[in-house]
Amino acid sequence: MKIDIKKLLSNQLLIPITALVILCLVNLVNDASFFTIKLAPNNEGYNVFSGPLITILDYGSELAILAIGMTLVTAASGGQDISVGATIAIAGSAMLRVLCGGVSKPEALAAPIIVGFLVACIVGMLCGVFNGLLVSIFRIQPMIATLILFTAGRSIAAWINNNELPIVPDPKFKYFGGFIPGIPIPTTTFIAIACIVVAALLLKFTNLGLYTQAVGINESSSRLNGINPTFIKFLSFVILGLCVAVAALIKVSRLATINYSVIAKDIEMDAILAVALGGNALSGGKFNMWGSILGAYIIQFLTTTLYKFQVDAAALPAYKAVVVIILVVFSSPVVREKLSALSSKKKAAAKGVA
Amino acid sequence: MKKRVVALLTAAVMALSMAACDSGAAGSTTGGSTGGSTGGSETSAPAASGELIKVGIINNDPNESGYRTANDKDLQNMFTTANGYDAKFAYSLKNDEQIQAAQGFITDEVDYLLLSAADTAGWDGVLKDAQAAGVKVILFDRTIDADPSLYEASIVSDMAKEGQTAVDWLAGQGLSEYNVIHIQGVMGSAAQQGRSGALDAKVAAESNWTIVQQQTAEWNAEKAQQIVQSVIDSNTPFNVIYAENDDMAKGAVAALDSAGISHGVGKDVIVMGFDCNKWALEELLNQNWNYDGQCNPFQASYIDNIIKTLESGGTLDQKTIIMDEKGFDAATITQEDVDNYGI
Repeated sequence: MKIDIKKLLSNQLLIPITALVILCLVNLVNDASFFTIKLAPNNEGYNVFSGPLITILDYGSELAILAIGMTLVTAASGGQDISVGATIAIAGSAMLRVLCGGVSKPEALAAPIIVGFLVACIVGMLCGVFNGLLVSIFRIQPMIATLILFTAGRSIAAWINNNELPIVPDPKFKYFGGFIPGIPIPTTTFIAIACIVVAALLLKFTNLGLYTQAVGINESSSRLNGINPTFIKFLSFVILGLCVAVAALIKVSRLATINYSVIAKDIEMDAILAVALGGNALSGGKFNMWGSILGAYIIQFLTTTLYKFQVDAAALPAYKAVVVIILVVFSSPVVREKLSALSSKKKAAAKGVA
Repeated sequence: MKKRVVALLTAAVMALSMAACDSGAAGSTTGGSTGGSTGGSETSAPAASGELIKVGIINNDPNESGYRTANDKDLQNMFTTANGYDAKFAYSLKNDEQIQAAQGFITDEVDYLLLSAADTAGWDGVLKDAQAAGVKVILFDRTIDADPSLYEASIVSDMAKEGQTAVDWLAGQGLSEYNVIHIQGVMGSAAQQGRSGALDAKVAAESNWTIVQQQTAEWNAEKAQQIVQSVIDSNTPFNVIYAENDDMAKGAVAALDSAGISHGVGKDVIVMGFDCNKWALEELLNQNWNYDGQCNPFQASYIDNIIKTLESGGTLDQKTIIMDEKGFDAATITQEDVDNYGI
């Protein structure tokens, strides 16, 4: 058995996987029942799985979906989209407007769910187009460009529905954020898997990944090689817009209604954190999609763990911050280099003794 | 690069201020034109001279929340020419814009200035101007940090009392033990402090009251759902959900539903919410929830009373008026309550 420690230490996925293992160990020591999954009927009489792990899979889904888009944006533009939460509100609001026809308590759906979802996709992508144009054509820093929708988005969302809070009457609409009758696994898991598979296929069978990294690493040299950096950046924002629409479907579906001021609040920060946790450089360039997705589930794992530990409400953000600081510091290139240097020294020392 | 950033920031600021202008303009045009008839109905007006009482109303943006929408509607319905008022409205969530509007109203020589301030600070100057110009100031919904001599009265909600009413109701349910999941609002907000305070005191005082989980969901339904889910996952028994607003109660109920735990009147878990949204009161009516505490947005009738008292030369018994706020019990709520008190 020969393990190349240096290679292992320099692996991008080392930090997220270590974090995951530590979180698992902490929970195992604290209360092993954390890992039990039980099958019990819900109030509609269908058997469904439940347990902390299921909760993590369920609530981590939106974040994982957003992490896909955020990784591409980060890699291509070297910046982040901070309007994700607000655009979820916009896309969700547009979806409800279509489904409920602008009435707050409709008797029946005004349009099929699929139409509502497609409209949300279009609206989400339009938001992406807006952000993408500002970033790619006008060359505005992503964080500044997306600040516009970040500030105005929730008001726009409220305006779309005339500040009503529509409630979707059709119980089928709740399937997307809950359970399909007879299937014991949360639907969100399937949606997340579908998105991840699509992303993986895109990266494998198209040049999207390669081009994105090329643009992120060096814009001018990629242009000299015949890649259109403007388009790649623009495209990454539009893809994120699509991810936002899917996340909006899940978010709105969970409770079959919307609250403009709090829906998906601060989720952009979690999505950016997921990208960072995955060991991706926030300055763009090379990226690892799996790292980001793993990062998303780790954030949810952390949240669920903190709830489990009944951390005092006022102190919760502080605990989260401490964990995040540790994770981010350890995944920073400086610390990584030090670590790998340390290990090679050890190796050399070991050799010397031999 | 720097230039670009500056240019964009400027554009963003301009866009924002434009939006602000919009709402301001919309506010000032609403005026008192709703009444129409100035005839016989004026007899109900307190002004002996038969002249309309000029009031300037400064409020927060009605789109802020369901509470504010209901609050604004209530004021609009009360201060009409039919009721003997010539009312002008101004809306803003920003203190400086509100102060500007107040100065405008003082210049307009209104008789009364009704104010729900965006911030507590910064009002001394303009209120002194009002006093000098003989404009009487009445605060509603929110108090401010100013000398009480600068205003006639303030009409406010007592969040601590709201919490107390709810906790008293819960104590009256006579459970042998209370295992409460306490879902808090944004920490430090007046509503959170008042509504948490009463429950915390009760739990500290009684031996059969326990808090199973106390956590902030920041008024967010989905976070509440996760918090309750975490308690369910840990197999800790509980029989009460005390959520500090309706949205969070709704999230909690979603978690109960997916875990197959029954809730409502005569069921396993008591569900409590606050704010009296219409849909929440309907949940009470359907016996899915047990209790909803009111946060009363209907201050207009109180203000009307004060103005009438002052106009007829009377004096007010008290400067700070705390509104009656009900708590609704699913066992006794009627459709009428839903229609009257739902916001």
